[in-house]
Amino acid sequence: MSIEVVNISKTYKNFTALQNVNLHIPEGELVALLGPSGSGKTTLLRLIAGLEQAQQGSILFNGEDNTNRDVRERQVGFVFQHYALFRHMTIFDNIAFGLTVRPRKTRPSKAEIREKVHSLLRLVQLEGLAHRYPSQLSGGQRQRVALARALAVEPKFLLLDEPFGALDTKVRQELRRWLRHLHGKLGLTILFVTHDQEEAMELADRVVVMNEGRVEQVGTPEEIYHKPANPFVYSFLGRVNLFHGRIQDGRIKLGEAEFEAEHAHFDGPAVGYMRPHDVEVSLHPPKSSATTAVRAQIERITPLGPFVRLELKRLDTKEVFEAEMSRQRFLELNVVEGGLVYVTLHNVSIFVENAPAIKPTRVYVPQQVSI
Amino acid sequence: MKHVTEPAYVRWSLIAVAFLFLGLFLILPLIAVFTEAFKQGADVFFAAISDPETLSAVKLTLLVAAISVPLNVTFGVAAAWAIAKFSFRGKNVLLTLIDLPFAVSPVIAGLIFVLLFGSEGIAAPLLATLDLKIIFAVPGIVLATTFVTFPFVARELIPVMEAQGKDEEEAAVSLGASGWKTFWRVTLPNVKWGILYGVILCNARAMGEFGAVSVVSGHIRGMTNTLPLHVEILYNEYQFAAAFSVATLLAVLALVTLVVKSVIEWKTERQFEVEEEYHFDVSGERAG
Repeated sequence: MSIEVVNISKTYKNFTALQNVNLHIPEGELVALLGPSGSGKTTLLRLIAGLEQAQQGSILFNGEDNTNRDVRERQVGFVFQHYALFRHMTIFDNIAFGLTVRPRKTRPSKAEIREKVHSLLRLVQLEGLAHRYPSQLSGGQRQRVALARALAVEPKFLLLDEPFGALDTKVRQELRRWLRHLHGKLGLTILFVTHDQEEAMELADRVVVMNEGRVEQVGTPEEIYHKPANPFVYSFLGRVNLFHGRIQDGRIKLGEAEFEAEHAHFDGPAVGYMRPHDVEVSLHPPKSSATTAVRAQIERITPLGPFVRLELKRLDTKEVFEAEMSRQRFLELNVVEGGLVYVTLHNVSIFVENAPAIKPTRVYVPQQVSI
Repeated sequence: MKHVTEPAYVRWSLIAVAFLFLGLFLILPLIAVFTEAFKQGADVFFAAISDPETLSAVKLTLLVAAISVPLNVTFGVAAAWAIAKFSFRGKNVLLTLIDLPFAVSPVIAGLIFVLLFGSEGIAAPLLATLDLKIIFAVPGIVLATTFVTFPFVARELIPVMEAQGKDEEEAAVSLGASGWKTFWRVTLPNVKWGILYGVILCNARAMGEFGAVSVVSGHIRGMTNTLPLHVEILYNEYQFAAAFSVATLLAVLALVTLVVKSVIEWKTERQFEVEEEYHFDVSGERAG
């Protein structure tokens, strides 16, 4: 089932949790709501479930207005961050809960419920644990019980709040793979909240990046990583280098590096963003005259298993930045801390801050250039 | 784990002081009650506790507890539920009001009812036309006892419910459970030990209450005399053996209460330990 969020705003006493949020989640997709804590992602999830009420805007499921519907009528599967299993009930009773609380008319028979619970236990690979209590299970097992309990009521879609946040790395990896598999098997729309960009990139078909109650960008993991819409998205998804410069007379100047700006028809300060793995380090200036290399000094070398991170300082602007390269390449270069190298900056995105005197709003001009 | 510790003689003298104090002020009086009761032989003891006036006092005490305890359980659960699971205006006022009976002297509590329902009281004309008697009658005793004991259940439940949060209720609701079903199947089972603990304390106080009841009862023998009042009357009439015999009934009630209370504490502690583990797992594994 598709989910449509239209112009939703939500304020608590003196805190704006969500501001004019619009979002469309197509049927059958696995979507991540990604953002730092306090960005409103959990609030949005709870609003969709009906656990919170918005001051403004509407929520539609398959085009049908659900804004004023009670949680109970929305038929949404919600998995809580700390699972919220009923601690005084067995795993069996936990999973059966959604069926046993139905009014007598729509309640399945005892045999049907038993069959359903056991098939769900098989699905989440917890057969044989039906008579245990939640406190007797590991974190990963509890998570799967919570999922089975939500699935028992045959929800229209699944909402997961930080589903793997409370688990250790190894269990998390396993559960991610398992959830991906489950999604493929059930074809259910799944929306999950996470603050872990790696988790979002690995799991989701589509990522919604949120910050301060707004949606910053919606796109595939590929799009948001390689074509970030603004500096926030750029810096939230992985490590980033910043270079401060100016746009002047249609040219962008970042220290000694200078190049044509195609779309920039105004003057002002500009910031260049780039990923550490797009910094090319060499011992000699590049032969091609099309690119400008910048001189830099190696401040620190950090080996990180398969790759090596260099902390560099530009000689022209004194800006400190990072470069990442394979261990192989690092050994070829044979450099030491304090050594001088030439760096070529690839795939720099320039974001321009418009003259603040004229307009207080920021206008970003994303451009992919090489200096 | 190695404890930072004081020398042995300090520890032992502290423990000795504690036991000596308890022995002097708690155990000794308790022994005195029983020895005084049996001083003139078992015959006198059994005669005292099977006296019709004593039996009527026992009956009244049980009746009062049987009315006021369920009332306070209902009220306590409702108040604790509202305070712990919802946010509303006047929450703090409600919390303060719940504590009021603890803050007010029981004698004052009794007087409040005399002022309201007594022959010179505010509601006197109304009661006269309806031909109702509250003061110096059973309803007054029930009212005073209920007033004095109403914080027990609520006070016991509020911290338990607050600690458990709203997650499980939200989960139940998202699975389609009605508010009523959520309460019966999720909220209530989670606090059952807390409720029982509150009931025990509430009951002990309801049966043992003296001050407030003394003011409203009128001490009519065989009519409005509860056990504690009966003990006082017997004592004032120099029937020491009989007074102490009846007092043993209250002492036994206190002992039973203590035992039940310890059992419940042990049970809740175990539940708490399991939960601790549960929460430790959940938060302990949070690597971010």
